[in-house]
Amino acid sequence: MSTTQAETTLSSVIVTVENLSKVFGKLKAVDNVSFEVKMGEIFGFVGPNGAGKTTTINILTTLMKPSSGSAVVCGYDIFKDPNEVRRNVGVVPQEYTADEDMTGINNVLLCADLYGIPRSDSKPHAQELLKLVELQDAAKRKVSTYSGGMRRRLELACGLINYPKLLFLDEPTLGLDVQTRTVVWKYIKMLKDEYHMTLFLTTHYLEEADSLCDRIAIIDHGHIIRIGTPEELKESIGGDVIAVTLKESEPDISSDIASVKLVKNVQKTDNNYRIKVELGEEASPQIMDVIRSKGLHVTKISLTKPTLDEAYLEFTGRTLREEEGDKMQMFRQRVTVRRARS
Amino acid sequence: MEKNKQTSTKETAEQQKPEDVSAEKPTVVRASPKLNRSPLHGLWALTNRDLRKWYTNPIQLITSLIQPVVWLALFGKALNFGTFISGSGATVAQQNAILQGFFGTTSYFSFLACGMLAFVVLFTSAFSGMSVVFDRRFGFLNKALSTPVARGAVVMGKVLQSVGRSLIQAAIVLVIAVILGMDTSHFNVVGIAGAFVIIFLMATGLSALFTMLALRSSDWQTQVALINLINLPLLFASNALFPIKIMPAWLQDIVRVNPVSYANDAVRQLLIGATVHLAALWVDFAVLIAFAVILSAIGIVLSWRLLSK
Repeated sequence: MSTTQAETTLSSVIVTVENLSKVFGKLKAVDNVSFEVKMGEIFGFVGPNGAGKTTTINILTTLMKPSSGSAVVCGYDIFKDPNEVRRNVGVVPQEYTADEDMTGINNVLLCADLYGIPRSDSKPHAQELLKLVELQDAAKRKVSTYSGGMRRRLELACGLINYPKLLFLDEPTLGLDVQTRTVVWKYIKMLKDEYHMTLFLTTHYLEEADSLCDRIAIIDHGHIIRIGTPEELKESIGGDVIAVTLKESEPDISSDIASVKLVKNVQKTDNNYRIKVELGEEASPQIMDVIRSKGLHVTKISLTKPTLDEAYLEFTGRTLREEEGDKMQMFRQRVTVRRARS
Repeated sequence: MEKNKQTSTKETAEQQKPEDVSAEKPTVVRASPKLNRSPLHGLWALTNRDLRKWYTNPIQLITSLIQPVVWLALFGKALNFGTFISGSGATVAQQNAILQGFFGTTSYFSFLACGMLAFVVLFTSAFSGMSVVFDRRFGFLNKALSTPVARGAVVMGKVLQSVGRSLIQAAIVLVIAVILGMDTSHFNVVGIAGAFVIIFLMATGLSALFTMLALRSSDWQTQVALINLINLPLLFASNALFPIKIMPAWLQDIVRVNPVSYANDAVRQLLIGATVHLAALWVDFAVLIAFAVILSAIGIVLSWRLLSK
């Protein structure tokens, strides 16, 4: 894809979801959800287990029919043109779906066959993709000999076989060790940066969402609670906090500190000041200057930035969930984690 | 564990030189190639995926043959109807006439061997449902359904792989039966080919039945229960083990509506020239064609409704 093309399409929308709901019996797995995914971005769905992440992905990839609402994916309506949606998106499911008894390359070719891609095209392309995910040397080995990381990369290659414009990744790093997770992140970033692909991922690792996603939707109980960039979400629970301890407890310079432009609020206890600011890195030297200009001495200073974890807990509540166990989902997660560690 | 460690270190090493990856930039995004949009695309790929599991794993093949061979060698040989009758003082000619009257042949073993072909097909087909359950549990089914492959092809792939297995296993059982003493005096090419067409039709219908019963299931224990629930009545309420003549009237009525009986009847007429017919050969064929076509059609229609939640 040329750069000009990428620029013109960057602002346009690739997924539009309107008032989508999915009801299973009495449970509203997805409850009146609306959002958009922009072309070329990494969009993340973050939420606790059972929040409705996978259900939404299943609807958008046409595996499930919504109870109500509508969605347009890659320009095609999920009701009217499910096959066109399927042709245009790639899916990397949560589970390791590759066939253990087949070689890596044959698994990728099987996916290609299911898309109806002729072998004349899929054979060289499968080789390319296995090279992309650094599995070319293991291509002719049975998947049963693969490590968890290799399996995850193979799933990625399978998901890319149909030249998708949009790639769905459901919990792409579930159960992986830190090294492998970093490698998977590298591929995800590469797909966005070098191939201008749009990626839609779900995760319950906030660190992952923070480092990968351009925009995040926090979803819980089937509702989208917030959508925004990771920075916006952190910002929305209050900015950075600077804690300053002075040598002397007198005089009270709260009002002087508050006069610094970026400071939002100052609390004083004894000789400790707790200062809420925007842009902590810029505010702290200015605060230091104000204190010094009063002839006072700083003994301790710290800058705390809010994490996405805090934002997340703020929005989804801090109580531990006693979830309704989905037998099927638990089985699959168990298998996934077990194979990831094999 | 050691192997695992090596992989991780290798991955970390690879990670430090990402320029190698981008050196030759593969095409990941581009206009799609000319796609095969026929509803049959992917059917062979799905069928072959399952068949490959089987032919690359001879243990599965061998274990699935044990049961029919045990039936043939132990049950078939033990149930020596000839001695039964000769024990009562009948001459060989009288004995043969009685056997001929009941079984349409003088060899009960040959009669049973034909029934064993149906037995193999019944139990091989039954596992097509199990295969759907495992694909669902391990996520492969969802992966296949997220591609534009026809939903009907997913069902028919399962049916065809099971039909393929049935044909090959039936052929092996037939060879073993011949080695064990099956009457081959009526064998001819047309007869054998016809018998395998019958087996093909019966396997198609039965596999479609078991596949459709598993379309919504994610529980393999239910499948085991279903297999016994359906297969044993289909086997015993048919003429696979005993001729219809010796059964009570109520059972005869059931046997007459069981498609397995028509398959046995046709196979016996074609392979051992059995003279006691349930129906004319063309009726047998008609019943089995209808059985295969109707159940496959129901399977495909159900796949449209049941495979997306």
